Amino acid sequence: MENKENIQPGGATTKPVAGAAAKPAARPAAAAAPTGPAENELTPKVLQPNEVYAFVREQYDNGYLFLENLTGMDWGEEGLGVIYQIENPETGKKLCFQTATTDRQDPVLASLVDFYDIANIYEREVYDFFGIRFVGHPDMRRIYLREDWIGFPMRKDDETEKFNPLRMDNEPLTDETVGLRPVDEARKTLDYTTQKNPIFTPEDYVVNIGPQHPSTHGVLHFRVSLEGERICKIDPVLGYIHRGVEKLNEQLTYPQTLALTDRLDYLGAMQNRHATCMVIEKAMQVEVSDRVKVIRTIMDELQRIDSHILFFSCLCQDLGATTAFLYGFRDREKILDIFEETCGGRLILNYNTIGGVMADIHPNFQKRVSEFIPYMRKNIKEYYDIFVNNVIFRNRAIGVGVLTKEDCISYGCTGGTGRAAGWHNDVRKRMPYAAYDRVQFNEVLHSEGDSYARTLVRLEEIMESLNIIEQLIDNIPEGNYQEKMKPIIKVPAGVYYSAVEGSRGEFGALLVSKGDKSPYRLHYRSTGLPLVAVMDHACRGNMIADLITIGGTLDYVVPDIDR
Amino acid sequence: MFDFSEISKWLHGLLTGVMPEWAAILTESVLVALAIITLYAVFAIVLIYMERKVCAFFQCRLGPMRVGPWGTLQVFSDVFKMLTKEIINLRKTDMFLHNLAPFLVVMASMVTFACLPWNKGAQIIDFNIGVFFFLAVSGIGVVGILLAGWSSNNKYSLIGAMRSGAQIISYELSIGMTMLTMICLTGTMSFSEICEQQSVEGWNIFRGHIPAVLAFIIYLVAGNAECNRGPFDLPESESELTAGYHTEYSGMHFGYYYLAEYLNLFICAGMASTIFLGGWAPLHIAGLDGFNGVMDLIPGAVWFLVKTFFVVFLLMWLRWTFPRLRIDQILSLEWKYLVPITMLNLILMALVVVYGLHF
Repeated sequence: MENKENIQPGGATTKPVAGAAAKPAARPAAAAAPTGPAENELTPKVLQPNEVYAFVREQYDNGYLFLENLTGMDWGEEGLGVIYQIENPETGKKLCFQTATTDRQDPVLASLVDFYDIANIYEREVYDFFGIRFVGHPDMRRIYLREDWIGFPMRKDDETEKFNPLRMDNEPLTDETVGLRPVDEARKTLDYTTQKNPIFTPEDYVVNIGPQHPSTHGVLHFRVSLEGERICKIDPVLGYIHRGVEKLNEQLTYPQTLALTDRLDYLGAMQNRHATCMVIEKAMQVEVSDRVKVIRTIMDELQRIDSHILFFSCLCQDLGATTAFLYGFRDREKILDIFEETCGGRLILNYNTIGGVMADIHPNFQKRVSEFIPYMRKNIKEYYDIFVNNVIFRNRAIGVGVLTKEDCISYGCTGGTGRAAGWHNDVRKRMPYAAYDRVQFNEVLHSEGDSYARTLVRLEEIMESLNIIEQLIDNIPEGNYQEKMKPIIKVPAGVYYSAVEGSRGEFGALLVSKGDKSPYRLHYRSTGLPLVAVMDHACRGNMIADLITIGGTLDYVVPDIDR
Repeated sequence: MFDFSEISKWLHGLLTGVMPEWAAILTESVLVALAIITLYAVFAIVLIYMERKVCAFFQCRLGPMRVGPWGTLQVFSDVFKMLTKEIINLRKTDMFLHNLAPFLVVMASMVTFACLPWNKGAQIIDFNIGVFFFLAVSGIGVVGILLAGWSSNNKYSLIGAMRSGAQIISYELSIGMTMLTMICLTGTMSFSEICEQQSVEGWNIFRGHIPAVLAFIIYLVAGNAECNRGPFDLPESESELTAGYHTEYSGMHFGYYYLAEYLNLFICAGMASTIFLGGWAPLHIAGLDGFNGVMDLIPGAVWFLVKTFFVVFLLMWLRWTFPRLRIDQILSLEWKYLVPITMLNLILMALVVVYGLHF
C-alpha cells in the first residue's frame, strides 16, 4: 500500500514529460483514472520478512489454503521480495501481501512449503531468477537455468551476458541439493543452517524420461527413479525452452508484450492474450465494447475446445490408440480453419489487442461456427465409443494417479485437474469476465480425481463450451471491435492482476507498473507449472506406463511452464 | 485337387538324371532356401504396404499415395532407404551380442516361416512332430530380444526387453495349450496331416465347435501378444520406451526387427489358418457337391493365403483400434484368465473327442 503511494507521484511526474503538446485530446480518458481504483488493482499488505510465516499460518488456519500466485520482485532500492496471493477456496476471498529484504548479498525470506506444496517449485523459480533463498525450503536448486549459471537474471542490476557466455560443455545435473533448515522452530527469526539433501542415491535406478521423449509433450525432462517398473521418485528438470518472456517484457512496450503471450501455452493462445489485454485494460480503466467481450468469449471457448480435443488426441497417442488420435485431429482441423479465416493464424493467433481485437470477425465466422457446433456434438460420441468407454482404457485410467481435492488445492492444480477432484475453481464462475456472466453453463465437476475423471471433465467441458458458443454466436452485439487507444500506452502505477480460465487452469497476469510505457514486471501465473510439480506426488508407486497416463491426463504444455 | 508334390517329384527326377543323388538334394535345398527367402521378403513388403493402407483407412486417411500408383512403390523405396543406412555401433555396448541379436530374431522367424503348409504337397519342413518343432523354434526369437535389450547398454532397451521376455514366455503357454487342444482333436502333430485331414473332414473350427472356437479366440489374443503387436506392443511402446529393445539399432539391423515383426504377424496368422481354418483345404459344405466342386478348382495356395490375410486383417483391426495395456495387466490377463481357460478348454476338448461329440 505504502509502496504504491510512494510510487504514484513518481509516475505522475513522468506524465507531463512524456505527454507532449499533441495529446490534450486524449487527456480526459487518462483523467478518468482517479475516479476510483482500478477494478483489478491489488493492494498488497506489506509485511516484514520475519512476520510472513506467522501471518500465513494464521491465514492458513482461516481457510486460505490455495496459493494462487507467487511473484518474485526486484524493487531496486526497496529490496528484493515476493508478492503473494492466497485464496480461500471455500469463500473465494483473496488476500495479497508482499515482503521484501534489502540485503542483496544473501537475501533470505521465509518459505511457505510447510503450508503450500506448490510453494516448493514457485520458490525455486524465485531463487533461480532473483537469488532469494527461502528458510525452511528443502531443495534450493535452480529450476530453469543451468546449475553453473552465474548471477540472477531477473534482478534489475544483473549483468547476465558478462558472466554467462554460451557454454559448450554438457549441463551438469547434481544428485544432491541444499536445504535451509530454520534454527528457530517457532520461526520468529530467519536464521538457518544449511543441510545437504540427496535427490537420488547411487543405488537408485534412474531413467531419464525426456528431454526428447514422445510423451512429455514438449521439451520436458523427468528424472525417474525406478524399482523394477514401479516409480519411486520423479525429479522434474525444467527450462530447456525457457525464453525469459518475463524478462523480455520489461524492455517491451505494452503492445509488444502481447506478441509473446501466444507463445506461452500455445493451446491457450487466445486466453493468454485475453488475460494480458484484460490486466492492462482494467488497469487503465478502459471499457471494451460488448462486441469485443462476446467475440473474446467465443474465441476463448473455441480455443478451449481446440485444446481439449488435442488433449484427447495426445492421450490416445500416448496410450497407443493411434486411430482415436486422428479422429481428434480431424475435428480440430475445423476449429483451426475457423481461426485462420478470422485471425490469419492457426496456432499463433495474435488476435486480442489492448482495447479490442485485431480485426473484426470474418463474414463466414458465424456460419462456420454454427455448423461446427452440431458437427462436434455428433463426433464427440465417437470419442467415447472408440476410446473412453474402451475396457483397456478404463482399466488403465480408473484409480490411476488419484489427486484428492486437498492435493489439488495445495499444489494449485486449477482447471480440469482440480475439477476432476471436485474443486470449484473455474475462473469463469469465480470471477466472471468478458461475457461469461450472461451465459448459462455448468461447471463440470467430478469427485474421483483419477485419470479417468480428468479425461471425462475435459470431454464434458467441450460440450459446455459448445453450449456457451451456441448462446452467443447468433447475437453478437454491434459495436467497435477496437477502442481508440493512445499511440503510446502507459499504465498507471500499481499492482494489477487479472485471470482468465485458460485451457488447463487459471491463467493470470500480474502487472507491476511504475507508470512507464513498458511494465516494471509482468508475471504470468503458469497453468502448467503446478501440474508438473504434482507429477512426483501423483506418480509415486505407480508404474512407468502410468506416468504416461497421468502426465497425459494432467495435460501440461511445456512452453507455459518454461516461460 | 492340385498336388504340388508332383512338381517336386518331377524336379527331383530331372536332377537325379543329370547328377548324383546327394548333389540333387543339395541343389534342391538351395533352390528351396532361395524360394523361401524371396517369399519372406515379398510377404514383408506386402504386409507393410497392407498395414499402412489398412491403418490409413481406419484413420480416415489415404496412406501412401505418392510413390507409384496408390503408393505401391513406397515400401520398396523404404526398403532401399533402410539398406543404404549406416549401421551405427555404439561405444560401451556388447558388440558381439549386439550384432548377433537381430540375426537370432530373424532366423527364428524364417525357420517358423518354413513350417507353413502352402499347398497340398508344398511343405518345406514337415515331420511327425511339426507342432513341437514350430513352438520350439519360435522360442528362439525371445533370446534375440533379450540379448538386444541387454547388449544395448540402454535402460529403455533393457526395460523393453524384460517386458518382452516376460510377455512372450507367458503367452507361449497359451499358444502351446491351444495348439494342444487342437492336436487333441486331430490326433496328429504333423502340419501336412492336419491339413489333409481338414480337407477331408472339414475345417477344425467347425469340427471342434465350442472348444475349437474358444481355442481360436485365445490363439488370436495370445498370438497377437507373441508378435508384440498392439494392444500388446508395450515392449516397444514408443510413448514410454521410445522403441524398447531395438532403440539402439540402426540400418538393416533395425530392418531385421521390422521384418521379423511383420513376418511373425504373417506366421501367427498362417498358423491360425492351418490349425483352425483348414490351411490349404477348400471350403466344403456337406451335401452341396456342385459348390464343393467349384471350391476345389481354386488352388490350395490361394485358399491358404486368403485365410491367412483374413486373420492378418483381423489382427490389424485389433491393433488400430485398441489402446495399449500395461505390463501387469498383460501378465494378469495371461496368468489369471487365459491359462485357466485354456486348461479347462483342453479338458473340454478331450471330453468332446472321447465321447465323439465332434463333427
